[in-house]
Amino acid sequence: MIEVKDLHFSYPTGLEALKGINLTVEDGEFLAIMGQNGAGKTTLVKHFNGLLKPTTGEVLVNGTSTQQISVAKLARNVGFVFQNPDHQLFSESVEDEIVFALKNFGFEGETIKKQVDWALNLLDIEQYRKTSPFMLSGGERKRVALASILAWDPQVIVMDEPTIGQDHQQKEKLQQFIIQLNAQKKTVVVVTHDVEFVAECNPHVILMSQGKILVSGKAEKVLTNPQLVAQASIVPPQITQIFLRLADLGLPTDVIDVHEATKILLEHLRRRK
Amino acid sequence: MSVFEGFKFRKVSSVIHNLDPRVKFFFVCILFVMAIMFNQFLALVVLFFIPLPFVFMARVNRQWLRSLRGAALLAVFIFATNFIFGYFYPSSSIPHVDGAIDTSMEYFALFERAAAMTLRFVVLIASFSVFFLTTSPDHLGLALQQSHVPYEFCFAFTTAVRFVPVLADEAQTIMDAQKARGLELESGNFIKRVRNYIPILIPLIVNAIRRSLELAEAMESRAWGASDKRTNLYKLNLKRADITMVLITVLMLIIALYIWLFIPVPSLTSLLFT
Repeated sequence: MIEVKDLHFSYPTGLEALKGINLTVEDGEFLAIMGQNGAGKTTLVKHFNGLLKPTTGEVLVNGTSTQQISVAKLARNVGFVFQNPDHQLFSESVEDEIVFALKNFGFEGETIKKQVDWALNLLDIEQYRKTSPFMLSGGERKRVALASILAWDPQVIVMDEPTIGQDHQQKEKLQQFIIQLNAQKKTVVVVTHDVEFVAECNPHVILMSQGKILVSGKAEKVLTNPQLVAQASIVPPQITQIFLRLADLGLPTDVIDVHEATKILLEHLRRRK
Repeated sequence: MSVFEGFKFRKVSSVIHNLDPRVKFFFVCILFVMAIMFNQFLALVVLFFIPLPFVFMARVNRQWLRSLRGAALLAVFIFATNFIFGYFYPSSSIPHVDGAIDTSMEYFALFERAAAMTLRFVVLIASFSVFFLTTSPDHLGLALQQSHVPYEFCFAFTTAVRFVPVLADEAQTIMDAQKARGLELESGNFIKRVRNYIPILIPLIVNAIRRSLELAEAMESRAWGASDKRTNLYKLNLKRADITMVLITVLMLIIALYIWLFIPVPSLTSLLFT
């Protein structure tokens, strides 16, 4: 469990990025943090594995303050997938890239082999085992980066903008994959601008603006409120926008899911006949 | 990365910021030459204080101090290297050395020499920091161009300067990414610590090369090199403050040359032990 208590954070330049954040991420929760550029989303999640330490306030991971423990130790429980995979890839092969973190965490020979095989299969990159990560496409590099984090099986997985640079098919796979991880009782925290992606996953959503939390709630409640999402400089999902425009016909306005929308529209058409 | 912060230009209006970049560069170069001319501790202390009035006038005290703080580690390394090598291979510049260092005066002389070498480095950092803190990369490029340096070189130079903070930010992000995968940069013996930096350096170099290729493509698609003679929106003209600054710099050089040629600068050791 991650508890954030009255967290304030200022960068050395004097910029106050977080202004009194209070938040609890329960074990097994799926949380999406959304908001405009510079709202403090990435700054907030960098506190979860101790990369940033609070200026004032406190962040507790499983009851231990992040001030008292090194990033390397926190990372064993909190895996952080950075937005740009090129900020972490350096090894000669995809396999070595995955082995890197496992060695850092003190895994032994056989376990390393088992975990590498598992991660390569999980992300469907087994065929690139001996390929240099620099030879892969952007989307493939992103999957290598993700595999290199999942390999040590952390309890919490934080992903910063996981859908950027992914084509539709990869995005859908990623979505399934995240839902699958969450179903395995993993805590998943996603920082994203991708409102359609969030609408399809339907997690708990936090909207941030100017270093503060605007609102916290289920995706179908938060993303269907045009005033709230406008404050966070995002727009409701396209399905919701259609239903908001058809509100005069007596259709509900809190719809974010395509299947649910189809059902409602068919029902409505049937009734009109 | 605080050392890079100490070289990052911030737009402020001050007498020093508004000086012609060529004049500021001339001043810094003269200070550089003076720091090389003298190797006496006391002379270098005086040189260290020369940029201070300019730092205060430019109101960049905090950033300037940050650059010094960032250079502290390297300064300690320079001091330690000079002290250790000076101890094992004493040079004739340390007074009364007869093969080995054993008296307190000889130890003090060795200390003074190591401190002087460190101070020389600090003077260079201090003066170049003032220059970069108060000169925008654009003005720097303009100054080079108006000094008839070919535009390709000017561009390469200003781009390199402009990308220093970008690379510093990127290095920090890469460090964060590797720490998030359990890398402990400060763990292990010296060899291990050096090896720990490989996962930082490789992505940094690869990204820098990738970025430079992208920049080249972006520039070519915007007609880089299409015409031989480029025009400039701004032109640099020497003003009264610039001429005053040139005169101060020349005067400084004349005084320094006079002292160097005719007045022996005493060492702290000779003042304390004789």
